[in-house]
Amino acid sequence: MADTIVKPPTEEDISRAEMLDLYRLMLRIRRFEESVYRKFHEAKIGGYLHRYDGQEALVAGIIPQLQLPHDKVLCTYRDHAHAIACGTTAREVMAELMGRATGCALGKGGSMHLIDPDRGFLGGDGIVGGPIPVSVGVGFALKYTGTNNVCVCYFGDGAMNQGGVHESLNMVGLFKLPVLYILENNRYAMGTALGRSTGQPDFILKANAHGIAGEVVDGMNVLTMREAANRALAHIRETGEAYFLDVECYRFVGHGIGDDNVGGQKLYRTDEEVEEWRRRDPLIQIIRDLKERGYISEEQIEAIEAEIKVEVEDSIVFAEASPEPPLDSLYEHVFSE
Amino acid sequence: MAKMRYLQALRLAMTEEMERDPNVFIMGEEVGQYQGTYRVTEGLLNKFGDKRVVDTPISEIGIAGMATGAAMVGLRPVAEFMTWSFAMSAMDQLVNHAAKITYMSGGRIKCPVVFRGPAGVGTQLSAQHSHSLEAWFAHTPGFKVAMPATPEDAKGLLKTAIRDNNPVIFMEHAGLYGSSGEVSEDPDFTVPFGVAAVRREGKDISLIAYSKGVAMSLKAAEILEKDGISAEVIDLRTLVPLDMDTVVASIRKTHRAVVIQEEWRNAGFAAELATRIYEQAFDEMDAPIQRVAGADVPMPYAKNLERAAIPTEHDIVAAARRALS
Repeated sequence: MADTIVKPPTEEDISRAEMLDLYRLMLRIRRFEESVYRKFHEAKIGGYLHRYDGQEALVAGIIPQLQLPHDKVLCTYRDHAHAIACGTTAREVMAELMGRATGCALGKGGSMHLIDPDRGFLGGDGIVGGPIPVSVGVGFALKYTGTNNVCVCYFGDGAMNQGGVHESLNMVGLFKLPVLYILENNRYAMGTALGRSTGQPDFILKANAHGIAGEVVDGMNVLTMREAANRALAHIRETGEAYFLDVECYRFVGHGIGDDNVGGQKLYRTDEEVEEWRRRDPLIQIIRDLKERGYISEEQIEAIEAEIKVEVEDSIVFAEASPEPPLDSLYEHVFSE
Repeated sequence: MAKMRYLQALRLAMTEEMERDPNVFIMGEEVGQYQGTYRVTEGLLNKFGDKRVVDTPISEIGIAGMATGAAMVGLRPVAEFMTWSFAMSAMDQLVNHAAKITYMSGGRIKCPVVFRGPAGVGTQLSAQHSHSLEAWFAHTPGFKVAMPATPEDAKGLLKTAIRDNNPVIFMEHAGLYGSSGEVSEDPDFTVPFGVAAVRREGKDISLIAYSKGVAMSLKAAEILEKDGISAEVIDLRTLVPLDMDTVVASIRKTHRAVVIQEEWRNAGFAAELATRIYEQAFDEMDAPIQRVAGADVPMPYAKNLERAAIPTEHDIVAAARRALS
């Protein structure tokens, strides 16, 4: 892994209110994911479950910088955080996870297919590498219609070994399309470590090979992430050309529900490694930075926790009280009118 | 009305729709500077410029994804596959993305995209370039599937496809590109989806076909007429939506049917058609439905073997005679 080349911003770069917002968003995501995990084990949520714990800075550092809904966001099946960051309410997300009619996809999508086009969120995608070909078209359309908007496309390190990703990056480089690629490089493609899935882990080299500039970013620090995202977005809006951020990050929990227990993860990574990365927890870092600047008190920390607990509990009550989709909606939405 | 070839009718449909709606654009391999592998898009680059006639690399996954993504945010792409044989590389983007995004989003996203190109067999292109894969797409909820048999339908169905708010699989037949017929020059002329055409009226047996099978069926009907057999020929035009009303009305009249497809026999569209006839009109049938289809083999190269693998009007005549015996 190359050294991080983006320096953390100085105090003048970000206001207290903005820093508190970043903290609040990351904590909302963390607490939401924890409650989702609980509800999954209560059998209130079905299917697969992929949590974002540890990677919160990748959405908090980027999505609030966008001009939603005019900018567009695409991501993978690990998508709860992206929906929340785009402004989809906890209620709408939780209801979708519980398969309710009040969910953001009316109960038709579930965990891997959260979506909220009214807020610029074009959805999670259940197929590894799946959103990248779609991003070519979204970027093309933003350019075609003469906007200055950007498509932000998230994907994982495992996706870099999918053929369609390279076809697509080549086309984006060729056509010079306004797409910001965010490689959520959490070092494991499911249970396969980077070194076991590619002979060339320098992903910037691969982006460059397709005519796309990029850099490596520390994704464990939200301020660093935000700084890099802002520069990348400015570059794209100015030049109209794509940019690629290889974001160093780590998921603190398993790939999914299949390896959420520590035993499952021990097949491919050590407790020590997880512990080492947990010391770089983006929430620990933002709290440290807020305190260092005198931006937050213990009382405020408690108040934010309490406020988020209310929001998450409310989403659960709302979702559990919501009706299931009516059976006569089974054949609805196969086609648009 | 003007007499024109099937491929010119397709071009006219695209030209008119691009003039009507600035969100319509064309993309694919060799569609611009090369003027189209089969010349379907000839002249369009000069007329509309490279913003709206986009030459892509040979990247079918990228093509399918680009068209899908552009449609998801409001454009109306007409993406050409050089042949439908090459679309197999793109199946994940087609099936798992284009066909499903509307349903997965609870109807919140529309995906108005046309995937078009030639299918069909019969010119010694051998195994990897000779296909008719309509059953795969008709099998997948979320696609509409159109297969024009005449120049006029080529124009009218393609215009409907471009105006439709859903992904449309538009399968042309390479063997029909040069066929001629009268075509409306009215820019408001369209052919609706889900309305089959009775191409020839008859009372003894229904020959139900689509794409090139329609011309074969009409030839078969002429041969049968010499024996005093009156065959009705139905052109389905679109497989999804499927106009069973016209099919069943014909069965009520003739009580016998031959279903015709060019694709592989096993698990093909004709099997679906026959089952639906049995489900909806079993009591009307005086004989088992006969099926005419391609041989279940990868297409051989040698001319004699290829000929033996492809259905012809003589197979339709033989099937009709079986049904009437």
